[in-house]
Amino acid sequence: MSTKSDLLLDMRNIEIEGFSDERWHPIIKGVDLSLNRGEILGLIGESGAGKSTLGLAAMGFARPGCRITGGQIMFDGRDLRSLKEPEKRKLWGSRIAYVAQSAAASFNPAHRLIDQTIEANLIKGLKPAKEARDDAIELYRALQLPDPEKIGFRYPHQVSGGQLQRVMTAMAMATRPDLIIFDEPTTALDVTTQVEVLLAMRNIVEQFHTAAIYITHDLAVVAQMADRIKVLRYGEQVEEAETRRMLSDPQEAYTKSLWSVRSIQKEESTSDDYVLELEGIDAAYSRSLKVLKDVNIKVPRGRTVAVVGESGSGKSTTARVITGLLPPSTGSVRFNGQPLPAALKDRNLDQLREIQMIYQMADTAMNPRQTVAEIIGRPLEFYHNMTGRKKEARLSELLKMIELDDSFADRLPSELSGGQKQRICIARALAAEPDLIICDEVTSALDQIVQEGILNLLLNLQKEFGISYIFITHDIATVKAISDEIVIMFQGEVVEQGLKSEILSPPHPDYTQLLLSSVPEMDPDWLDNLVADR
Amino acid sequence: MNSVLTTVIQRLALGIITLFFVSVIIFAMVSMLPGDFTQAVLGQAALEETVEAFRKELGLDQPAHIRYFQWLGGVLQGDFGTSFSGRAASGIDRSRSVAELIEPRLYNTLFLAAMTAIVAVPLALYLGITAALHRNGFFDRSISTATLVSISLPEFLVAYVFIAVFAVLWGKFPPISEIRPGATFFDRIHVSVLPALTLTLVTIAHMMRMTRAAIINLLASPYVEMARLKGVSQRDVIIKHVLPNAWAPIATVIAFNLAYLVIGVVVVETVFTYPGIGRLMVDSVSSRDMPIVQACGLIFAGTYILLNMIADIIGIVTNPRLLHPR
Repeated sequence: MSTKSDLLLDMRNIEIEGFSDERWHPIIKGVDLSLNRGEILGLIGESGAGKSTLGLAAMGFARPGCRITGGQIMFDGRDLRSLKEPEKRKLWGSRIAYVAQSAAASFNPAHRLIDQTIEANLIKGLKPAKEARDDAIELYRALQLPDPEKIGFRYPHQVSGGQLQRVMTAMAMATRPDLIIFDEPTTALDVTTQVEVLLAMRNIVEQFHTAAIYITHDLAVVAQMADRIKVLRYGEQVEEAETRRMLSDPQEAYTKSLWSVRSIQKEESTSDDYVLELEGIDAAYSRSLKVLKDVNIKVPRGRTVAVVGESGSGKSTTARVITGLLPPSTGSVRFNGQPLPAALKDRNLDQLREIQMIYQMADTAMNPRQTVAEIIGRPLEFYHNMTGRKKEARLSELLKMIELDDSFADRLPSELSGGQKQRICIARALAAEPDLIICDEVTSALDQIVQEGILNLLLNLQKEFGISYIFITHDIATVKAISDEIVIMFQGEVVEQGLKSEILSPPHPDYTQLLLSSVPEMDPDWLDNLVADR
Repeated sequence: MNSVLTTVIQRLALGIITLFFVSVIIFAMVSMLPGDFTQAVLGQAALEETVEAFRKELGLDQPAHIRYFQWLGGVLQGDFGTSFSGRAASGIDRSRSVAELIEPRLYNTLFLAAMTAIVAVPLALYLGITAALHRNGFFDRSISTATLVSISLPEFLVAYVFIAVFAVLWGKFPPISEIRPGATFFDRIHVSVLPALTLTLVTIAHMMRMTRAAIINLLASPYVEMARLKGVSQRDVIIKHVLPNAWAPIATVIAFNLAYLVIGVVVVETVFTYPGIGRLMVDSVSSRDMPIVQACGLIFAGTYILLNMIADIIGIVTNPRLLHPR
């Protein structure tokens, strides 16, 4: 072991402020963080908890619009806060490295991967170019990238997201730093890709005995990676403990609530009365790019069908076909037993009203200059010719349904929280009084507690009004919580459709097996067991 | 590489088609001008028969579409026709070919444009990059104010101020940019300094501000943060990580301003009585010398299309997605 002290990073009473609305607001309010050599600390919390800000502060770095206002950051015996920028620059990329969330955006599109991988080595004169390149190739190999000799000579847009994320880990590792900050490195990846990247990262960090701060909002992921877990909320520490103890015995109420979110369980049921039937749907965006191949999906009335698949599997394209935004090249859409015109412009008002959609990004799905009353009022006028008193009364009713009160009517979207925005979008869909609502990843941008609220709301609305849902998602936990039936899609085809209990219990077709087994579980041994099984 | 070549060829073809449409528009506009050369020369008191005879001699009696195709046919063979001026109803023909008249004027204009560009483009890039680097600092604020002022001032005012200061008070440069026959290269530069300086001031602000905006836009991108966190210095962040991705927007604004230097300089040429192509065109419009006007119009359109095409192509070849397809 090292002869130096084992304590690598010691942050005391850190305070960080961010500038918004013309003044400085506290983001981190006096947090301590310490890390030993070779240790991995998981930093978890919901969005806005200050995880990334604190992680970057461990490098002595504050994003533009943020400033570190208090505390001490001792890295290997030196106080980063007292160092000038050029001094810190010497440490960055050589002794402390950063792995960002979006690999696609964090690589410079103009340079080859290997040039970016070895850049820190070259500017610091740590290794000659030839040696640095050979070493980068070895790292690519260690991270199990395909064709490690050549992949570095490609440009960022030429490789996949999962590969880029591993190249970025190689880039961080290139100078053999003492500390790596992983900032949500797998959040943007599909679950099957995530498993490979997690494994690769964990192995290489172990191999070089590198300390790491692993930032994520996903408990199951952090359980695989971290020795210790620290929970943050509103810029303050909630609690910190060794991983196994934190999972088995959380102390604080907030932590317990995080742990228990995945507790919704809907009793599955089915029906022979189908609200929507897709038959033999083929669809393409251009002649060469065929996205859907012979898709058959049936949605029983008053039930929830979850459409599950990774990015590019054709989930959202299926939604576009149903809504008429993308007329299919062959196949038919039947709604309430009647054939539905393929193109949006051929559908009449009633056919338009019957199918509504809720989107992932509630933010961009609402006109920021319209008030809640205008947003929800529009479908009331458009579909039901409501005006004046009648409209107001209905608006008030709808707000009650989504568990908000009349005081929200005059607010703009910017004055709402993420969960409230999504509720307004639900109310807008409800206003049309549809038979079917397509929910496209409606909870993936939300924190877990907020997710639970939205899912419960959707379930209650279904019970009360008998609405059918198509629930597009990549999150298996959500699927378990709300669906009656599951459709699994892969590369534009339906792999399986059936009752939740049938699909989720073995035996599975190969792809379903791969997908289900890749979903991280809260068990710290899950990744090891998975490797052993495969 | 093939896809880049295809795109470039596509752009070239598009440019040629655009130029063709522009030629139609120019011809139509010129034909729509009230009055013609014969009336301008002979005056209102001229006899009907004299005017008719002169028209016939110039070919103005033919219908417009025939004149257009005759003109276009000539242009395609490099013949821009013969100027109307110099011809008189008396029958003595002292007219000169359009090419002969335009050539020295075009050369003068290009000379002035090149002289301005050599100073203005690097200076604008340097100022834009420096301002972006020290965003909201003292340098950035002062340069932003200065460029705002220079954008807001009309160019003739700037020109007269320069004449007042550098020609009248200081007497270093001539207030009138006359190019005498047999002038040496340095004489040319000497008389062109004040117009070039005026044009520099007019174009630099736009280029500098757009460069600054393009760079600031990229400075906020995650890969720039990544570069910083790899320990890349501020200077290298700009040179190695920002500029390679900024060429497309910068090239567009430079092309726009270079085009302006060729086609938009008539005010400055008039103030300094600089013998450029802009003044030739304006003079020809007032004397209804259509062959010259048409040729100038075509040259201007061609310049604009060519420069924008070059900017487009720079945008394409600096885009790694197009250069290195998957």
